Amino acid sequence: MLKRAIAAAAIVATAVACAPPQADTTDEGADRSSGELKVWLFQEASNGPKEDVVDQAIAEFEAAHDDVKVNVEYLPVDGRASRFNGAFNDPDSAPDVAEFGNTDLAGYVASNGFADLSGDLDQWPDAADLVPEVLDTAKIDGRTYGVPWFTGTRALYYRTDVFTELGLEPPATLAELTTTARAIRAAKPDMYGIAVGGKYLFALLPYVWANGGDIAERDGDAWSATIDTPEARAGLAQYAELLRPDICPPAQCAQLTGSQTVAAFAGGKAAMAIGGDFNRAAVDAGAVKDDYAVVPLPGTEPGSIAPAFAGGNLLGVFGSSERRTLGWEFVTLLGGKEYQRKMYDAMGTMPTFADVQDEIAIDDPFLAPFIETVQAGTRFVPATPAWTRIDAQAVLPTAVQQVATGRQDVDTATSAAAAEMDAAFAGS
Amino acid sequence: MLPQVTPAAPGVRTRPARRGPQRGQARAAALYLLPTSVILLGLLAYPLYQLVVISFYDYGQPQASGAAPLVFLGFDNYVTLLGDPQFWDVLAATVVFAAVCVVGSLLVGTALAVLASRANPLPRMLLFLAALGAWATPAMAGSYVWLFMFDQDFGIVNEVLGLAGHSWTFERFSAFGLVAAEIVWCSFPFVMVTMYAGIKAIAPEVLEAAALDGASATRTATSVILPILRPLLMIATIQSIIWDFKVFTQIYVMTGGGGVAGQNLVLNVFAYQKAFAGEQYGLGAAIGVVMTVLLLSITGLYVRAQRRTS
Repeated sequence: MLKRAIAAAAIVATAVACAPPQADTTDEGADRSSGELKVWLFQEASNGPKEDVVDQAIAEFEAAHDDVKVNVEYLPVDGRASRFNGAFNDPDSAPDVAEFGNTDLAGYVASNGFADLSGDLDQWPDAADLVPEVLDTAKIDGRTYGVPWFTGTRALYYRTDVFTELGLEPPATLAELTTTARAIRAAKPDMYGIAVGGKYLFALLPYVWANGGDIAERDGDAWSATIDTPEARAGLAQYAELLRPDICPPAQCAQLTGSQTVAAFAGGKAAMAIGGDFNRAAVDAGAVKDDYAVVPLPGTEPGSIAPAFAGGNLLGVFGSSERRTLGWEFVTLLGGKEYQRKMYDAMGTMPTFADVQDEIAIDDPFLAPFIETVQAGTRFVPATPAWTRIDAQAVLPTAVQQVATGRQDVDTATSAAAAEMDAAFAGS
Repeated sequence: MLPQVTPAAPGVRTRPARRGPQRGQARAAALYLLPTSVILLGLLAYPLYQLVVISFYDYGQPQASGAAPLVFLGFDNYVTLLGDPQFWDVLAATVVFAAVCVVGSLLVGTALAVLASRANPLPRMLLFLAALGAWATPAMAGSYVWLFMFDQDFGIVNEVLGLAGHSWTFERFSAFGLVAAEIVWCSFPFVMVTMYAGIKAIAPEVLEAAALDGASATRTATSVILPILRPLLMIATIQSIIWDFKVFTQIYVMTGGGGVAGQNLVLNVFAYQKAFAGEQYGLGAAIGVVMTVLLLSITGLYVRAQRRTS
C-alpha cells in the first residue's frame, strides 16, 4: 500500500513539474515615481573616482526628486553574466537601471532584459549629438535599448625611446608593422616586437576588417560566418604572423588577453601594443610612462586606418523595472553631457557626444589618435544572441591559437571556426 | 561511513518468531531516517531530477527568463553531445588525467603513511603539519601559488632550474602534468591520514604472529597488512576517483579556462563553458547527466570488484 502511494505521488509530482522553470514575464508592473531606485554599475580597477562622480549625480537626482533614494551596487565585470541572468530569471532581484557592455546587448535583448527606449530617446534633445556609429551599438533591429555612456577605441601604442634609438618610424601599414616588430626583437631580444595575445579578440578584428573581410554577415534574420573568406583569412594570417618566436613567441603570447598585453607594454617588455584610450592609466602607472606615444593602427595602405572595434558601455532601464520613468530620468542625468564630461575628467573615459568629444580633444592631445580612429569609421561584432556563445566558447581565439602553435594552418583553423560559428547562429 | 566488516552469521533464520518487534523496529528506523531522507531528497534528488528534465529541452537564457517558448527536444542534446568529437577527446583526457591523479595521490599518500608510522614523533608531527597545510589550502589559493612558483619569468622553479622564460602551461602534457602535481599535492593528505589511521589500528599481535610464522617483510605487507587495509584503501580510492574526475578549479585557474586552444579541457570545465558561459543550459545538463552516470557506474563496478576479491 505504502509503495503504491509513493508511486502515485511520484507520478503526480512528475506531471506537475515536468518542464524546466521559466520566469513569469506577463506582469507589466506599475510605474512608480518614488521609493528606492536600484542601480548596477561596473566595478573598475580603481573605482574611487567613478564613485565620486556617481555620488554627485545621485545627490543631484535625489535633490530634484522627493522620496527617491538611489542605491548603487558595483558589480565585478567578470561575474556579470550570472548576476544579469539571475536578474532576468527573477525580476524581484533585478535593478531598475544598469550599466552593461555593448557586446552583451543582443543576448540581453533576447532574454527581454531591457526596456525599449527608442521613444524616450526621440524626446531627448541631447540625443541628436550622440555619435551615430556609437549609438548603433545600442540598437537591435532598429530599437534602442540604452544610452552609450562612454566608448572605447583601440590604437597603436609604441615606445618613443626604442624607436628613436633604432632609427624607426611608426609603421604606416600593417605589413610594415610586422617588419618593424621583427627588427625590434632582433635588436632587443628581451623585448616583444609587439605585445599581442592569442586571446585578444579586439586586436584580431581590425586585422580582419582592414584586409576587407569580416567575421560574419547578415542576410535578413540569418547570420553566416565569413571568417573563412580569403580576405578574412588574410587578416587572421597577418595577425597570427605576429605570434612567432621572432616577434611575440607563442609560448609566452598565445594565452595573453588584451589587458595582459597592455601590462607587458606598460612594464617595458614590449615595444608596441594595441591598447585602448581606457588603458591610459595603466600605462601611465608603468615603467614606460614618459617614453610612449600613440598613433592610429594603420590599415593595409599607407595613410589608411584599420577599422577599430566600437567598444563601450551603455546605460539602460531593466524591462522588469517598476520605476521606468524614474529610471530613464536617471539614465539621462548620469549618461548626459555634464556627467560624461565629469566621467572623462575622473576616469579618462571617452564621451559619446560628438560636441563633448571635440571639446576635450582640444586640451588633450593624447586622445587625438583615438578620435581620429573613431572618425575613420568603427565596426562591431555580430549583433545576435549567438555572439554570447561564440565569444564564450572562444571560437576565434582558438583559431588564432591553433595557427600560432602551428597545429593547424590558416585554412583549417578558419574553416573549423566558421563551422562552429554557423552552428551557433543556427542555434544548434 | 566505515564499511561493516563483521560478516552476517549465516543460517540464522528467526524471522517468524520476531515478526512483531521487527515491524516496530522498521517503523522506528523509518522515523530516524526521515529527517535525513527529506534533506537528501530536497538537496540531491530534486536537483538531479531537474538536471535530467532540463537536459531534454532547448533551454538557454531566453527560455529561462521566459522570453522564448520551451521546446522539448527528447534526446537531441545527447545526440549533439555524443556526436561532438571534442566531447570524446575531452572525455578521454579526463579519464587519463583522473587516473594519473588517483594513482599519484594513492601512492604518495600511502608511502608517506608508512613513513609516518615508522618515523619519530617530531618528524612525524612536521610531516603531518605540512600535509594538513596542503589539505587546508583552498583549491583556488593553491592553484595560484603553484602558478606563481612555475611562472615563466618570476617563478622560483625556473630560477632554480635556470629555465628563465620557459612556459610550463604552453605544451599540453606539461600543463596537464603541472595541474596533476598540484592535485596530488592537495589530495594526498586525505589518503595519508586515512591509511595512517588504518596502519596504527592493526593489532601488534597480528604482526607478531606473522613474524613468528616466519613471514618476510614483503609477505607481511601483501598478505597481512594490505588485506586489513583494503576497506580503507577502497574508500580512499573511490573518494579520489570522484574528486579527480570532477576536478574544476585547478584546471580552470591554472590553464586559464582550458589551455591554449582548449587543449587542457576536462569534462567539468567543458560543461561549464557550454552551459554557463555559452548559456546552453540544456546541453550542459546533458553533460552533467552523462558525468553522473559515468561516476556512478565506475564506483559501482569498483565496489563490486572489491566485494568479490575480499
